[in-house]
Amino acid sequence: MKRTVPLVITFLTGFFLIVAFFIPHEPFGELEQRLLVWFAIVSGFTMLLGVDNLIRSHAKRIARTDTGWGHSIALLVGLVVTVVVGAIGFARFGSPFHMQSPFMFVYTYVIVPLQGTMFALLAFFIASASYRAFRARNTIATLLLVSAIIVMLGRVPIGAAISDFFPAAQEWIMDVPQLAAKRGIQIGAALGAVSMSLRIILGIERSYLS
Amino acid sequence: MGSMGTIIGTWLAGFLTLAILSFLYKDNPFYKLAEHLYVGVSAGYWLIYVVFFDVKPMLIDTFMNETGFEKWIILIPGALGLIMLSRWFPKIAWLSRWPIAFTVGIGAGLGITANLQGYVLPQVTATLLPVTGFTVTDLSNIVLVIGVVTTLMYFYFSKPHKGVLGAGARIGIVFIMISFGASFGYTLMARISLLIGRLHFLFHDLLHILD
Amino acid sequence: MESAPKRGFWEAMNNLDRRIIFLILLVCVAIPLLLNVGAPIPPTRPVQLAYDAVESLEAGDVMMVSIDFDATSAPELMPMLRSALRHAFSKDVKVAMLGHIAIGLPLGHMALEEIAAEYDKEYGIDYVDLGYRPGYIAVMIAMGRDIGDIFASDYRGTPLAELPVMTGVRSYDDIELLFGFEHGAVIDYWVRYTQARFSQRMTFGTTAVMAPDAYPYLQAGQIEGLVGGLKGAAEYENLIGHLGLATRGMPAQQWAHLLVIGFIVLGNLGYFFTRRKN
Repeated sequence: MKRTVPLVITFLTGFFLIVAFFIPHEPFGELEQRLLVWFAIVSGFTMLLGVDNLIRSHAKRIARTDTGWGHSIALLVGLVVTVVVGAIGFARFGSPFHMQSPFMFVYTYVIVPLQGTMFALLAFFIASASYRAFRARNTIATLLLVSAIIVMLGRVPIGAAISDFFPAAQEWIMDVPQLAAKRGIQIGAALGAVSMSLRIILGIERSYLS
Repeated sequence: MGSMGTIIGTWLAGFLTLAILSFLYKDNPFYKLAEHLYVGVSAGYWLIYVVFFDVKPMLIDTFMNETGFEKWIILIPGALGLIMLSRWFPKIAWLSRWPIAFTVGIGAGLGITANLQGYVLPQVTATLLPVTGFTVTDLSNIVLVIGVVTTLMYFYFSKPHKGVLGAGARIGIVFIMISFGASFGYTLMARISLLIGRLHFLFHDLLHILD
Repeated sequence: MESAPKRGFWEAMNNLDRRIIFLILLVCVAIPLLLNVGAPIPPTRPVQLAYDAVESLEAGDVMMVSIDFDATSAPELMPMLRSALRHAFSKDVKVAMLGHIAIGLPLGHMALEEIAAEYDKEYGIDYVDLGYRPGYIAVMIAMGRDIGDIFASDYRGTPLAELPVMTGVRSYDDIELLFGFEHGAVIDYWVRYTQARFSQRMTFGTTAVMAPDAYPYLQAGQIEGLVGGLKGAAEYENLIGHLGLATRGMPAQQWAHLLVIGFIVLGNLGYFFTRRKN
């Protein structure tokens, strides 16, 4: 019951979708469509599990007054306020996503700057890493470095101003050697994904049940 | 939101931007506060999204608007969704494997055909390029084919990298390194662009020193 | 004796406080941005192809726009989204927006409202925002059979039947072109699950991080065009003759690239000199 039923469900759904791909006619096509809609509905619920974990761990931290419990309060307050303004937006404007809704205020002035700046920090770290770690230690590393420099110069106007070589070389690197390597890597990964999917459907790979 | 709201919002956004940037000097309480706020607000956002883009339109509205078979059949995914939440209760947590098995099965079933039809076949076909002379295009086509084949050889670990496979793998690593270099260059570009975006916000929206 | 101070210099350089590097980068990006001197960027082939794909549409055709990014990549993708919307609306092409990255969806919506207002387009008649549904691949494939099965209503909850823009738009057969704006793996899902199965015409704008991964799709003809990163966005702005934030950001981008190349050279010189001594 605990393991067999899920294995059967996985086998039946996976196998059916392969059949429906090759025979999209009725009743397969219609049933496939139904399963896809159900998949969309169910996958929304997985997000709730993540939020629940977050609330529990921070509530615990506050209860025990562990280090940083004040920050956990900020986190939970942020969560509650967002949900409340979402509800207010729905009650007043019929949708939290109405441009006048307070939910959109939180989105525009809290989520966007926090998310944007968090990732903008990476510009500083990548510059610092270029200075400290990007070393021509051997031929292979030098190749990587030269390719990076050509691409960086070829993608800005000064590259073309120095020499037509840079934009042309940049384009060639992107169109030929880098494309070839990406394709090789991705073909390998795609075949890996196919074999993993087969193992899952056939019940050989069961780690998702743990 | 009126203009007062915009002003307050812009200053709030400015404060949060600077709070995050302050991490560059060193870790500090303002950064920590902003970081935790980010996680909390994002989680709240997700909750609202699940309700308004999943539960409401796909479950509640369907149940209310449909009749007959369609009305009742929608209870199945609804039940699967609720069973997913059985993880909250350790005694019946094993039940959550059913909806998980359902989503994993669908993902696997779709993945097999999509990866073969949508990647492997068209990409292999696109590698079968003509070589009809000695032009730059012909040369590039040869390089491309060698690059794809040798990269695959490099990642083939079922046999030791000796002989032909070893030679191929050594050529493959050249292509892989050029590719990683290009990816590094592009990644750097992206990160710089993000910084430009945030500075533009500070100069334009907050300080009004840029048109 | 002579090399001692030299080695001291390079060792000091190797151990440079990273905050000094941060400060130099900040200044290097801020000054060109404040000088505000962006010039048009000539288009490269992948961007020209993306432009041509939109250019091939006729008045009344429907272009689906997918918002598959969030604020973490907005500075790159928002300018190209704005340009693509301007391009479509200027040709009286109808726009149906949706998104697979929920947290970025309002960014797309704001751009849609802003550009639609520029061209006097009306919601529900000339454009629509379908919103978001969880489960990327299921949403993509289900739309191949019937968009209404997955999006019974738009982002505000209005039933699709009440939106004239969606009249006669049932599946990908009625979508002339998909223009996706991507900062992650959703582009792979679009191409592998949708383009292959439904022969849907597609073109993409991606972050610079994602662009190299998309080149194989372009060469294989699975996608029609590719606008990569801020530079790609600046090229698209140039093509539609409406220079914007991407073009203005390019000088800062350029100086930052030169600075990082300088850092790499300096770092390697330090490595070379100190290693020789050691």
